[in-house]
Amino acid sequence: MMLALQQSVAQSELQQQSRRWYSVSHLSVQERIDRKRNAALIGGGQKRIDAQHKRGKLTARERVELLLDKDSFVECDMFVEHRCSDFGMEEDHNKFAGDSVVTGQGRINGRLVYVFSQRNVMASGVVPQISLIMGPCAGGAVYSPALTDFTFMVKDTSYLFITGPDVVKSVTNEDVTQEELGGAKTHTAVSGVAHRAFENDIDALLNLRNFFNFLPLSNQDPAPVTECHDPSDRLVPGLDTIVPFETTKAYDMLDIIQGIADEREFFEIMPNYAKNIVVGFARMNGRTVGIVGNQPKVASGCLDINSSVKGARFVRFCDAFNIPILTFVDVPGFLPGTSQEYGGIIRHGAKLLFAFAEATVPKITIITRKAYGGAYDVMSSKHLRGDVNYAWPSAEVAVMGAKGAVQIIFRGKSNQAEQEAEYVEKFANPFPAAVRGFVDDIIVPSTTRKRICRDLEVLASKKQTNPWKKHANIPL
Amino acid sequence: MAAYMITSTLRRVLLVAKHASFQSRCCVASSRVQYSTVYDSNEKTFDKILIANRGEIACRVMKTCKKMGIKTVAVHSDVDASAVHVKMADEAVCVGPAPTNKSYLNMDAIMDAIRKTGSQAVHPGYGFLSENKEFAKRLAAEDVVFIGPDTHAIHAMGDKIESKLLAKAANVNVIPGFDGVVEDAVKIAGDIGYPVMIKASAGGGGKGMRIAWNDDETREGFRLSSQEAASSFGDDRLLIEKFVDNPRHIEIQVLADKHGNALWLNERECSIQRRNQKVVEEAPSTFLDPETRRAMGEQAVQLAKAVQYSSAGTVEFLVDSNKNFYFLEMNTRLQVEHPITECITGLDLVQQMIRVAKGFPLLHKQEDIPINGWAIESRVYAEDPYKSFGLPSIGRLSQYQEPINLPKVRVDSGIQEGSDISIYYDPMISKLVTYGATRAEALQRMEAALDNYVIRGVTHNIPLLREIITHPRFISGDITTNFLPEEYPEGFKGHQLTSEGRRELVATAAALYVSAQLRSQRFLGNLRVSTTPQEQRQWELCVELEKGSHTVAVSRSGSTFTVEVDGVKVEVSGEWNLASALLPVTINRTPRVLQCLSRDAGGDITLQYLGTQFKVRVLSQLVSTLSAHMPEKVPEDTSSILRSPMPGSVVAVSVKPGDVVAEGQEICVIEAMKMQNSLIAAKAAKVRPMDTPPLH
Repeated sequence: MMLALQQSVAQSELQQQSRRWYSVSHLSVQERIDRKRNAALIGGGQKRIDAQHKRGKLTARERVELLLDKDSFVECDMFVEHRCSDFGMEEDHNKFAGDSVVTGQGRINGRLVYVFSQRNVMASGVVPQISLIMGPCAGGAVYSPALTDFTFMVKDTSYLFITGPDVVKSVTNEDVTQEELGGAKTHTAVSGVAHRAFENDIDALLNLRNFFNFLPLSNQDPAPVTECHDPSDRLVPGLDTIVPFETTKAYDMLDIIQGIADEREFFEIMPNYAKNIVVGFARMNGRTVGIVGNQPKVASGCLDINSSVKGARFVRFCDAFNIPILTFVDVPGFLPGTSQEYGGIIRHGAKLLFAFAEATVPKITIITRKAYGGAYDVMSSKHLRGDVNYAWPSAEVAVMGAKGAVQIIFRGKSNQAEQEAEYVEKFANPFPAAVRGFVDDIIVPSTTRKRICRDLEVLASKKQTNPWKKHANIPL
Repeated sequence: MAAYMITSTLRRVLLVAKHASFQSRCCVASSRVQYSTVYDSNEKTFDKILIANRGEIACRVMKTCKKMGIKTVAVHSDVDASAVHVKMADEAVCVGPAPTNKSYLNMDAIMDAIRKTGSQAVHPGYGFLSENKEFAKRLAAEDVVFIGPDTHAIHAMGDKIESKLLAKAANVNVIPGFDGVVEDAVKIAGDIGYPVMIKASAGGGGKGMRIAWNDDETREGFRLSSQEAASSFGDDRLLIEKFVDNPRHIEIQVLADKHGNALWLNERECSIQRRNQKVVEEAPSTFLDPETRRAMGEQAVQLAKAVQYSSAGTVEFLVDSNKNFYFLEMNTRLQVEHPITECITGLDLVQQMIRVAKGFPLLHKQEDIPINGWAIESRVYAEDPYKSFGLPSIGRLSQYQEPINLPKVRVDSGIQEGSDISIYYDPMISKLVTYGATRAEALQRMEAALDNYVIRGVTHNIPLLREIITHPRFISGDITTNFLPEEYPEGFKGHQLTSEGRRELVATAAALYVSAQLRSQRFLGNLRVSTTPQEQRQWELCVELEKGSHTVAVSRSGSTFTVEVDGVKVEVSGEWNLASALLPVTINRTPRVLQCLSRDAGGDITLQYLGTQFKVRVLSQLVSTLSAHMPEKVPEDTSSILRSPMPGSVVAVSVKPGDVVAEGQEICVIEAMKMQNSLIAAKAAKVRPMDTPPLH
């Protein structure tokens, strides 16, 4: 597992002012080591530390201390200094031991983690990589978090942009603040660059510790299993009534997810972006699972470009790191319209289809209500190698809703109401899919947790390999 | 409408198919109640009864029907299609959309349902059509039995003006007042003398009822009450009477048959009220001596006999500090609080109502009616007790667990986990009843029951209920209907922590935090977790609670934590099950049940302690020190925003664009759960152009 605490600009800012380092030749090597180490530990000096605190931020070392288990940090490269020789940077007073970054390894709840600050493409898919943006991060440096699996930000104090407001103004004459251009709100709600934002440094680091517990250490490790106090056979009576009788009425998919998850805990990824799909981590009987669900509350839970990409990326992460995937389906279809077609919904929708299809981790799917047409197929259907596919009694697996279907099949005919009733009778229920074996069982909603826990136990030994390839060519 | 009925029937068929596989979970725990009368299967009453109601009372009635071997029919609105009362019934019929006037008050649809299902009798529950003589008449016309008194008794007692005249004639003590339809309210109020009570002639349950202390309040109260009366009862006539100061509200349960027999089943003390709606009731009353009880009981029976009353009914009295009692009104239905009478008398009132409706004579004599022990009822509402002792709240019951595993606890409810509390109906969650040999025992059980009651997803009034039943004045029995405003003049603020209570709470939170921290280090079957030589045994923490900060040192030995809070040692032990909603612990050898409502990675823990929810923040010393550097986030200024305190519909807008309003001036009126509430300006301002919301 790798973790980057990013603050490239602020960090170097911190060291701009000098605290002179005298290299005094008559000191013993040991003394020199000690002095250099001490200097490194206080970074740019108390004044700079105070300035950082005043900005509502912590220093790199304080952050590492908060993030890791007590006394577990083992620093490396503490003596590295910059080698810049222009504009007076070569002067001794502009040089600092442990310059700009603090790197090393430590433990979170006893599990190994590397803290670093450089992007590492080769590590992608080998160990989970998380970036936490805790200050301004601009220019090429933004690709460091962009290449990691998850990017989290601190509200009000962190920014990410390729070019800052001044350059934007000079090039496009656009007036924009740092916050609007690349603040936490922008990236978690508009651009989808960041996966979540936290209130402040402390909140972010404590949540990161919590999040870390969901993840395996590497692609060679199984998803972690923690001690669980929540009975795996717990019934969830509330689920029997959660799907409203009117098929057009919304409900909150999060109610289902929290209902079935251990201790109602769900660590949502990208909660404010493409809200028509919900993705995140939970535990089932102590075991980490990734959950994907359509959200009927937002845009009827339809799939569009952003939600497809959001879902696909999450599914691929889970697959890369041995995390079983639970999929809750209530999807009326792909969002129609020119903006979606011109935007390439075909290409982007294919990503989600591709991701589910190639995934070899255990895949359990629950159809809670609508599962229409192509969108049904995409949402981890049996046709995409789903291991266990369930339907609730309220499920409707069909090519589309009754009204739309009847309008097409019986175009121009007068007795459409009658035909609609017939269509509802025939298709707006789980039977046609069950008869064909597309769903393995029709289950009582309140038993969903029990069924999933049992299936996960069975599927824990699942081994599936895809044909050899250099890498698959996901439709980017 | 026809099309609607077809779909709903179709849905119903689907529903049955969908839910056929599992038994409905009945939430009425009254099976544990011991009734003295047996359910005599040879005594033939009805084959099938339709219950023209919803929620807990519908479930309550069905419960007895089942014991008597009677098939039940539920009626429901479309939003109630999967409600508990629908699942409990043998058959169910949808009678319309959510608004009550289109469903539960829709007589045409209910009459249709009766015909369709072949129901022989109707139990109306309380509220809705229970005291509607028109409904009773329509039933009679089709030879369907109304389980309640005859039409003329409903008519006579339903009209407060007429009932008062009748009571006078039957030698029942009455309050001085104006016995007629009010036209000039201010003049009448002046004649009687302030304070006066304005109330809906057709009303009940506190709706359309207001107290006025001067002419202005009379005018205002008259306006609001008549609106409320019109919307609740379809009848805007009002009456005015002398308001008895410092009164107790004590009512007598009567039971009469069609053969001229009538009994009084002792009293219920219902003085704890807010906005004239009952909150906590008990039976018997601490205040009545046997003579007063007998006098009240006999007058109640006289009144019942005077109107040839049959079925169960309640005669309400106001009792002043000298034990003078005045007739208030007679409710010709089963009361909400009937379970406490059942507890102390052993009678199943619903069974008696059904028997009487069929024409059977009463089996009991007055001397057979006992007072066995003591019973207390808390009305658990989905409402925010911090706003005027309770403003309705709505939501989905994400977790719900009734304390029915405790001895001598009865919970009458019509909801279950997953149920929605909607704006359409009364926000009552349940009636929590405890009983015991003595009042102290019943009270102690109530405390435990409230602590063990898990309600998540909606705001509820358990904080207030628990404060009331543990209040020294309540325990002493010295109560009046003004108890709440007198004891909480600034409004209810939740449980006030003593320094010991504070330490207990802080210690429990710290122990819970440490338990969670320890668990987060336990991975099963993972070989790559560092083999830490020894588990941490000491924790230095900082616990923040209500703006105070405490230095806390925790040490652990097994499941027992020794927590030093600001130097004082507290010992907390428990199971520390982090998945359970309940947190049973022993604090310094005293067993307590707390509830953990939330717990997050940042150290924020919400605990319910002695009924009230407290937000606690547990931090390591390091986090606590560094927290000082974190920027303070400024909450948005909302003084220029007028926010509805609850969901509801706008029934009146009192200002126009361009008006300058003073602080405290009414801007609009919101109606929710049949109560009208004025929204007032938080500061002086000018009204900007607005889209007038559609008025309901």
